[in-house]
Amino acid sequence: MAVMSSEHPPRLPERDRPWMMRTYAGHSTAKASNELYRRNLEKGQTGLSVAFDLPTQTGYDPDDELARGEVGKVGVPVCHRGDMAALMDGIPLDEMNTSMTINATAAWLLALYVVAAEDQGVAQEKLQGTTQNDIIKEFLARGTYAFPPAPSMRLIADMIAYTVEHIPSWNPINICSYHLQEAGATPVQEIAYAMSNAIAVLDAARERVAPERMEQVFGRISFFVNAGVRFIEEHAKLRAMSILWEELGRERYGVQDARHLRFRYGVQVNSLGLTEAQPENNVQRIVLEALAVTLGRGARARAIQLPAWNEALGLPRPWDQQWSLRIQQVLAYETDILEYPDIFEGSTVMEGLVEELLEGARAEMAVVAEHGGAVEAVPYMKAALVDSHRARIRRIESGEQVVVGQNRFSESEVSPLTADAEGGILVVDPAVEAQQIEQVRAWRSGRDQAAVDAALADLAAAAREEDPSTNLMLPTIAAARAGATTGEWARTLREVFGSYRAPTGVGEATAAPSDANLDELRGEVARLQETLGRRPKILVGKPGLDGHSNGAEQIAVRARDVGMDVVYEGIRLTPAQIASSALQEGVHVIGLSILSGSHRELIPAVMTALHDAGVQAPVVVGGIIPDQDVPALKAAGVAAVYTPKDFDITAIMRDIIALVGSGADKQVLAAGGASANAPA
Amino acid sequence: MSPDGAELAARLRARDLTAAPATLNLLESTTREDREQSALLLAELSPAKLGGEAPAHIVGVTGPPGAGKSTLLSALLRCWREQGRTVAMLAVDPSSRRSGGSLLGDRARVEFDPADHGVLIRSTAAGERLGGLAWATRAAAQALAAAFDVVVIETVGVGQAETEVADVADTVAVIVQPGGGDSLQFLKSGIMEIPDVLVVTKSDLGQIAMRTRRDLSAALRSLGSHSTDVLAVSCIPPVSGVTELAEALDRHRAQIDLPARRLSTRRASALTDFALEHGESGMRELGGRRSAQQILGAQDAGLDVPALVRALEDRMG
Repeated sequence: MAVMSSEHPPRLPERDRPWMMRTYAGHSTAKASNELYRRNLEKGQTGLSVAFDLPTQTGYDPDDELARGEVGKVGVPVCHRGDMAALMDGIPLDEMNTSMTINATAAWLLALYVVAAEDQGVAQEKLQGTTQNDIIKEFLARGTYAFPPAPSMRLIADMIAYTVEHIPSWNPINICSYHLQEAGATPVQEIAYAMSNAIAVLDAARERVAPERMEQVFGRISFFVNAGVRFIEEHAKLRAMSILWEELGRERYGVQDARHLRFRYGVQVNSLGLTEAQPENNVQRIVLEALAVTLGRGARARAIQLPAWNEALGLPRPWDQQWSLRIQQVLAYETDILEYPDIFEGSTVMEGLVEELLEGARAEMAVVAEHGGAVEAVPYMKAALVDSHRARIRRIESGEQVVVGQNRFSESEVSPLTADAEGGILVVDPAVEAQQIEQVRAWRSGRDQAAVDAALADLAAAAREEDPSTNLMLPTIAAARAGATTGEWARTLREVFGSYRAPTGVGEATAAPSDANLDELRGEVARLQETLGRRPKILVGKPGLDGHSNGAEQIAVRARDVGMDVVYEGIRLTPAQIASSALQEGVHVIGLSILSGSHRELIPAVMTALHDAGVQAPVVVGGIIPDQDVPALKAAGVAAVYTPKDFDITAIMRDIIALVGSGADKQVLAAGGASANAPA
Repeated sequence: MSPDGAELAARLRARDLTAAPATLNLLESTTREDREQSALLLAELSPAKLGGEAPAHIVGVTGPPGAGKSTLLSALLRCWREQGRTVAMLAVDPSSRRSGGSLLGDRARVEFDPADHGVLIRSTAAGERLGGLAWATRAAAQALAAAFDVVVIETVGVGQAETEVADVADTVAVIVQPGGGDSLQFLKSGIMEIPDVLVVTKSDLGQIAMRTRRDLSAALRSLGSHSTDVLAVSCIPPVSGVTELAEALDRHRAQIDLPARRLSTRRASALTDFALEHGESGMRELGGRRSAQQILGAQDAGLDVPALVRALEDRMG
């Protein structure tokens, strides 16, 4: 025993340093967000995690038509160097470690950050942080892409090549398995698709950096992962990922240095499993999920940000986010988890789980490789995720997967947490959008236009250049310095690269297995078809810039499964596009989905556009819609509103079919009435 | 209440494009009243009533999944709109009908300006037969041809698909992606009929696209076809070959005897519709397919398809 304990001492000689603690935050304006960041840092947060609004993430200025309703909603609008300077005002950038959840426009936001540092007198070499910058998962799950796959991968490779040389402590990319789980991925899929994605990125980088730099490049790639409430298996997943990562480094990229081979990851724990019903239960879910990424030293997170208990209700307030930060601090400073070596070492259960996941992941990685790699396999992976998510929803609907407070133990007292006027969430002042529009217009008129034009022309020329030694970061930083805006940068590149629509994954989804509920609804639809003369047709639309399409996809697939004809056009539609599709396609009902909080502006805009186009089909809305917003939507003519607590999609389908049916009855009545009035 | 077929037809004749969605709703409907109004509508748009063939260029576009049809059509659409031509695009989705429902995804991938009223895109599920063009799609093409400058019927597949599209289109273009060996084999083996225009997409891929184009040209020559244009296009910037494709489609239409082709498509459609409705036994009652063709051949050239079907039905026992 004595020998054992000297080889495997039960305690570390010195308590580990805690992971970096962040809160994913930002809203309204750069100034408001800066104040929030400073308060958060005072509370013991050790790094920043910037949430950008959707126009910034997709490359549109606040005055763009597509930005309507989205400005300052899910994050902070950063439009030019002035905004970035205001956002980082009083925060020393040579000391701060900043994570930016920014993808399609990552190169641009990094450039603005570099310029903001220059303004503070900080050299870019000193900057530390992370740009998320993972475009493949945007195509698969999150939807904030801007350019087609090939030029997107080039932008990523350019950033890697640039940072490895000029900003050596920057993580140019976070390979995200996080969003895959949110889109329904099983642990095996999450591992396999993330690793395949990393291979695609590294292979692209290999074309743009010197061979001797590859070891360093490999060492700068970090991951952004998810952790669900099945926290033992989730921990095993992270151990499996670190094994695969090391293997990949050694075998595919010839990395030798142990430091560079380490699997480094940050984490935001699961949002998909957070419920709108009895939202206080989310707190214990978050705590358990945090254990998945902290418990075993062998695969512990480098940086953690925890969601807030009220994410399924709307945007969290500073107090809600403080609660989540305190969870991290209790774990790190009160418990003893940082005192031990890896507590799972030697556990046969853990080893068995890891082995199982590795085996599954390797097989799935081989399938992706057969498709030609992650970029080529996007349609395959997307369809696989839609299928997995559907299986998950069906398990919850049937009660096979228990969600406490939702499909079981749903009796509840009234929650005091949501009792205030806003329902316990943050509501962004709608005046922000108008202010930002005015602000960016003032910015444009106050700058040296000739310098901006020249910088954007250089950017376009570099984008057209196919020589791999032309790095887009240089003209991007020059354009940031000259005072160009986010929308101008993205538009310049869109003009060269073309635009892109990612596969929706729904067309390839397999047919649903038969069950009594589905059969009943199919019968209903068939009867309705007799009355209507046509198969009931539904338009599923996502207005605005919100790319979280999982809900819309599930509705589309289920509508198909019950026998409807479904027109699903993917994400990022303007009200005019939705109205035009509804009219041209002759649909009987319209389903709209919004999760970004822009429903207050966008839904009435869609209703007006439909009315102007003469479309009479009823409209239902789904998404993160606070209760207090429902009356206004109904007043605008919406027939029904569904929120995350409506987890039973079959029940939603039943409603939609009934809605189409009542419309059909009215038609028949009207016809009958007309003939009754006709002269005999 | 059924819409008024004659009124819709009058609006289409006056080139009122806003009549198109209601026309399509009507033509897709299977209720008895709607079918009657559909027949009225088509009769009002028959060559006899129009005083000639409907003015549109009806273009069939087909090709295997992943060949880049949607991107190509987006580019063609822009080209046609720049020429001031109005365009109706009928996208036929052949996806499985196991549950009866369909996901009509193609619309998502053809880009156009929603404020542009000179464009209409409608997606429909394929007919009940595997890979079949829906009755409504053929009728829609014929009706919309009175109002739009270009009517495109887009469908997925190689082999069966372009034959079906040829039943209704003036010009059939088959889209092939570089390295698309199947199409070459289908062409050589005669499974695929020789299209009017062959398009190799993704010419930005360079060598492989050029080789595919050469192989297809060689195969066409060996089959004795010297009139089929084989074009290479690239729809990613810098876009190339799209204007040439639009010209090739126009050139084909200028070369053919349009009234003769339309007449033969109407007769072929009538035969297909009759067979769908009455099956092989109905066909036997007419004395077989050849005899049915003779009956159709004896009808007035200006009749619309439902009228031709009625002519066949009149001859049944």
